[in-house]
Amino acid sequence: MAREMLEAVCVRVIENVDVLTAADQAIGDGDHGVAMRRGFAAALEQLKADSSQSVEAMFKSVGAAVLSKAGGAAGAVFGTLFRSGAAVLGGREFDAGAFASFLEQGLEGVEKRGGARPGQKTMVDALAPAAEAARKTQADGLIAATRAAAEAAKRGVESTKTMVATAGKAKTLGERSLGHPDPGAVSVSLILDAIRDYAAKS
Amino acid sequence: MARPKKILNDPSKTVEESQEGLELAGHGDLMRVPGSTGIVRTSIPDGKVAFLIGGGSGHEPLFSGFVGRNLADGASCGEVFAAPSPDVTLATVKAIHRGRGVLCMHGNYAGDNMNFDMAAELARDEGIEMRTLRVMDDVASAPPERAEERRGIAGDIYVIKIAGGAAAEYDSLDEAYRIAAKARDNVRTMAVAVSAGSIPETGERTFELADDEIEIGMGGHGEPGVAREKLMTADRLADRMMAAILGDLPFRAGDEVALLINNLGATTMMELLIVNRRVRRILDDAGIKVYRTDLGTWLTVQEMAGFSITLLRLDDELKHYLDLPAKGFGSVSF
Repeated sequence: MAREMLEAVCVRVIENVDVLTAADQAIGDGDHGVAMRRGFAAALEQLKADSSQSVEAMFKSVGAAVLSKAGGAAGAVFGTLFRSGAAVLGGREFDAGAFASFLEQGLEGVEKRGGARPGQKTMVDALAPAAEAARKTQADGLIAATRAAAEAAKRGVESTKTMVATAGKAKTLGERSLGHPDPGAVSVSLILDAIRDYAAKS
Repeated sequence: MARPKKILNDPSKTVEESQEGLELAGHGDLMRVPGSTGIVRTSIPDGKVAFLIGGGSGHEPLFSGFVGRNLADGASCGEVFAAPSPDVTLATVKAIHRGRGVLCMHGNYAGDNMNFDMAAELARDEGIEMRTLRVMDDVASAPPERAEERRGIAGDIYVIKIAGGAAAEYDSLDEAYRIAAKARDNVRTMAVAVSAGSIPETGERTFELADDEIEIGMGGHGEPGVAREKLMTADRLADRMMAAILGDLPFRAGDEVALLINNLGATTMMELLIVNRRVRRILDDAGIKVYRTDLGTWLTVQEMAGFSITLLRLDDELKHYLDLPAKGFGSVSF
């Protein structure tokens, strides 16, 4: 089940390469989409290749593939999200509690690695609210928690439009970054949408 | 603007194929790291302080073109405009390490910082000492009080030459680092873009500029810069850029500098020469002596049109390393 979910995540990112490219062209150098596609295409290949892995190992392998093949900040950040988050998944079922822990642990890993905090117009501005929402709705089960997280991430993406970037490549733009969402935040939103959709179907 | 036209095969294999071509063109001097996208010298003496540089591809001749004599021993190359992942850097580190540690230099960008930090951690786990220097010479990208946020652009070139010479002459990683850091601390650059380059994999330009516009303080990956203005004369542009650079260090009367004017991709030597004329006049008026001039195509952003001006404040030690003959790939010979 976790494998199919992760495959759905990879597919969702790959399908949206143009959306991510466009977002990054507005306030970056336009390569976020192709970087994410490289990383998640490699992750998808890994998932299909090995049917024996534990949930934790699968998340780690997604993280390792993204880190290695996406490259750049996207690879470092999204690779770290999955690798750090994977650490809490050992020996447990992917239920609402595990989902919330994954997001929280992933967020901690990302903040430590990249140094970004909420409010700087990065993917953290979608991931942090999503982690909080997942934890708050944990008792309502996986479908509710993944829906709440996806909604919170979407609101996070919207909120980045009103922020001036103070991290990443957009930080030199100053006020010119206003009105545009952060591409990394859009990626977080896509990933959580895919998880929500998978949970709702199964 | 017309759609970009590039001479490629499968765009997703751009880095791989260009590195294959490079290895062949090196006629035995350079090789690819097996299974990775690093480029290394084929003969590195035992006991040498290894010098690694790296960053995204797409800036040729930087980074792989600066692998060679009195320059870098290896370059860790990422995808176009993307920092190399930790496994690429680690593989390259292992290929060049000769027992005296690794000096590493890269540009100050979030992606590069994270990936090179991770690589250094992995190297340390394998018993390899790595000391890393971030170049942050772009005065347009942050004010002096936040200088640690500045991007690394063509100042890389002088830091590479000086660090390369120091790593070749000293057998101490710490000494090589000290000298490289001094170069890094004394170099300042400003860039301007006249038209954008494009990313091979997307076929899209990295930003749009109207026919009569220029982008001052543009980033090293074609990311939009700090201010968009109307095209102005070479002299007015040079005045503007030099005012920002001189005032930043600040450079003072009596200083001696090395001057590098870099073509960012599609700008002609003729234009660089015209800019140089004005830059030399400004430096003369400021009482600043020019020890050497390096005009050329050193760090590109694909086919971006534009240029950057770099000044490095010199002392005798830095002059010594700038004087050493350095030979990388092709036209990288200075």
